[in-house]
Amino acid sequence: MPEAVITAESLRKTYKVKGKADFVAVDDLSFEVAPGESFGLLGPNGAGKSTTMKMIGAVSTRTAGSLSILGLDPDQYGPEIRSRLGVVPQQDNLDGELNARENLFIYGRYFGLPAKVCHEKADELLAFAQLEDKAKSRVDALSGGMKRRLTIARGLINDPRILLLDEPTTGLDPQARHVLWDRLFRLKERGTTLVLTTHYMDEAEQLCDRLIVVDKGRIMAEGTPSSLIRQHSSREVLEVRFGSDRNQQVAGTLEGIGDRVEVLPDRILVYTSDGEAALERITALGLSPITSLVRRSSLEDVFLRLTGRSLIE
Amino acid sequence: MTGVIEQATVGRRGGVRALWAGNPWAVVQRGLIAARSSSWVVVLSGFFEPVFYLASMGIGLGALIGTVQTSGGAEVSYAAFIAPALLAVSAMNGAIYDSTWNVFFKLNYGKLYEGMLATSLGPLDVALGEILYALLRGLVYAAGFMVIMQIWGLNLAWTAILALPAVLLIAFGFASLGMAVTSYMKTFQHMDWINFVLLPMFLFSATLYPITVYPEWVQGIVMAFPLWHGVELIRGFTTGVLSPDMGWHILYYVVMIAVGLVFTTKRMRALFLD
Amino acid sequence: MKPITQPTLAELTAEAMEWGRKPRRRGSWYVTEHMVRAMRAYGWTIVVGALGQPILYLLGLAVGLAALIAVPIPDGGREVPYLLFVAPALLATAAISVASEEFTYPVMAGFKWRQYFYGFNASALSSGQIANGVVLGAAARMLVTVVAYWAFICIFFEWLYPGAANFATSWISIVIGLVAGLAFGAPLMAYAGALEEDKGQFALVQRFVFMPMFLFSGTFYPLATLPLWLQWIGWISPLWHASELGRVVTYGKTVEPWLLAVHVTYLLVLTVGGVILARRVFTRRLAK
Repeated sequence: MPEAVITAESLRKTYKVKGKADFVAVDDLSFEVAPGESFGLLGPNGAGKSTTMKMIGAVSTRTAGSLSILGLDPDQYGPEIRSRLGVVPQQDNLDGELNARENLFIYGRYFGLPAKVCHEKADELLAFAQLEDKAKSRVDALSGGMKRRLTIARGLINDPRILLLDEPTTGLDPQARHVLWDRLFRLKERGTTLVLTTHYMDEAEQLCDRLIVVDKGRIMAEGTPSSLIRQHSSREVLEVRFGSDRNQQVAGTLEGIGDRVEVLPDRILVYTSDGEAALERITALGLSPITSLVRRSSLEDVFLRLTGRSLIE
Repeated sequence: MTGVIEQATVGRRGGVRALWAGNPWAVVQRGLIAARSSSWVVVLSGFFEPVFYLASMGIGLGALIGTVQTSGGAEVSYAAFIAPALLAVSAMNGAIYDSTWNVFFKLNYGKLYEGMLATSLGPLDVALGEILYALLRGLVYAAGFMVIMQIWGLNLAWTAILALPAVLLIAFGFASLGMAVTSYMKTFQHMDWINFVLLPMFLFSATLYPITVYPEWVQGIVMAFPLWHGVELIRGFTTGVLSPDMGWHILYYVVMIAVGLVFTTKRMRALFLD
Repeated sequence: MKPITQPTLAELTAEAMEWGRKPRRRGSWYVTEHMVRAMRAYGWTIVVGALGQPILYLLGLAVGLAALIAVPIPDGGREVPYLLFVAPALLATAAISVASEEFTYPVMAGFKWRQYFYGFNASALSSGQIANGVVLGAAARMLVTVVAYWAFICIFFEWLYPGAANFATSWISIVIGLVAGLAFGAPLMAYAGALEEDKGQFALVQRFVFMPMFLFSGTFYPLATLPLWLQWIGWISPLWHASELGRVVTYGKTVEPWLLAVHVTYLLVLTVGGVILARRVFTRRLAK
């Protein structure tokens, strides 16, 4: 296996809070990312994903631990590391005073690329982002999905070795998400290393070769999406609803059906290898749920299992 | 200059190296492209403010006041007295606007710097780039105003041409200090406090009348503030009455620039890299 | 689950009529309350500005210039010290300067940036009431500013030139200042309400309307000092009309009755016309 392009060991980041104990954003993270790999950080809001991304992006200094990006220490070699990274932040921070093409051009200039190269790359990336007809449009006039694609295109202006994507599809409609996923697959095929955070399970399953589940600044689990599901969940999940005031009461009588029963405020989850069979047993008990649904187990279930909390709270 | 900066950050992890990629001109270029697509009237409008002042005060008050004696001892028309001061004030206002309001907005709302700093640019590139752009704009305004002064016959000596580099020095001083101050600001309301400093400085710094109308102790306070030094410096050049004191005015600004840059660098580091 | 009994349509209608009564009658004040509460975010700016400006302009600028202009200014049949000549104009300027802030950015914020006007409109309030509330809110701030200015002038002149100012009538300059602010602000509010996008128009208003008005309205010297090709700026400027009225009530400048009528009428026409226009603009935009 080739040497890792990102190596983090006992990475830690705390913020000073006036009059209180330091706030620990990242507690103790150790992981490695191999070249060409697509690596995901999964966790709820406030888990420390964005802070980790900032440290990898060499724009936030760590409090303790060691971190190496492309073999360099970000504290010493910020400009060098960033010159080989592409960054797609959680919130688009495109330049509102410039049009789409100018955004790409000037971003290239920030890397010190010659103007000629920037012009060429700008056109090439407008095509990649399927925004050729929007080249002269002001950023404000673009839709959410277009802005996202433009931000990704901007992150590619320097042919980065590693592309960092923080919540790349948050706030996009389903169609825009699929267009975006398609573009990211293409990058993956070209061998770009992708590091992405998400709280969408389907996205992690779609895009990541390997991922870590993070909560409260610590790693809860690590592995490929399928291995994590195998390890921490059942094959299928049965979701049943009895009305918000009855779920808790009914749950007690469901013990023994399936491998495990989880009660959420609005529904009950029954983890089992056969959802239909579990539903039959519930109806056999004389219970009639208002709605029922059998689905495949997902990373959401893994997360629930590991932390006892739902991802999107 | 770099010596000062290194000293300020030495002993902290990374030194100046993590802050500087040597590419501030990319930030200047960004400003130029943005200006190209924004309204020209708005960009140029800043030029008119001192011209209006000069016309109103020079014509109207000039008729009531007649001539005024400068600190250099020259007896000049009222318009010739206030014109160099208005030039210094407009350098101050422009530099402060660009380095405070403008920077504050980009810092907190536009998220522009976040994007810039994700590239190989460091915070120092961004800060210096913004300052350089502000200076460029200030220079254009100042040159325009000098033309008006020339037409009106208010440039009394050939040394008036030296007012241009003096304007740059003044603008650089205010911009670097303004940026340092802005980096501490949290809300738009804080920004209003800047006006509370600028307005009295404008009214009291020997701009519209000589400070000799005040008692000594008030004069001392006025002299502690930067604008007075700028006004005196430029007035010396446009009236052609040079004195060794002008060296002190220049030194004042050099120190101001250095202090501003050291603080800006420190704060940039704290804001963006910690 | 227990079935929920639904009220009849007649009951619902009656309830809506009942609930709507208060907002219909007092809605403008609710909006005013919001606008004034929103100002608390920059309350200190308002207070320091209201107290600091008269001190700075009168002590700084006017005293300094007065030292250069030692002779009294002949004005309307009287000779007055320079400071007294400038003071009424500075008072009106302060009100107009508040207007130039309150009738621009908060209006743009209400429609575009924070969209609170749409929030009001989704409640029981009407668009006309929203416009009224903005005017009243700004007027409240102007009142604070103008009263502070007037109080400062009183103290200042009683100490410097006892007897020069006429206190029996000078309090009227508070009203004049308020009207001056509205005469400038109401049309500006109609303009701000009609703007869809912020392209720096307010900066242009500041530089090409407010500034020239401040500088060429006979604020610092009698308007007649200016050549005729600049005097017209004063004639159309609410500041000049307000300053002249202020001088009448502050130190008894004599003005011909017809000119007095012109000053008053001009300010009132701008105010009333501006408010009517602004209400129309607000109604149209909120209905869009």
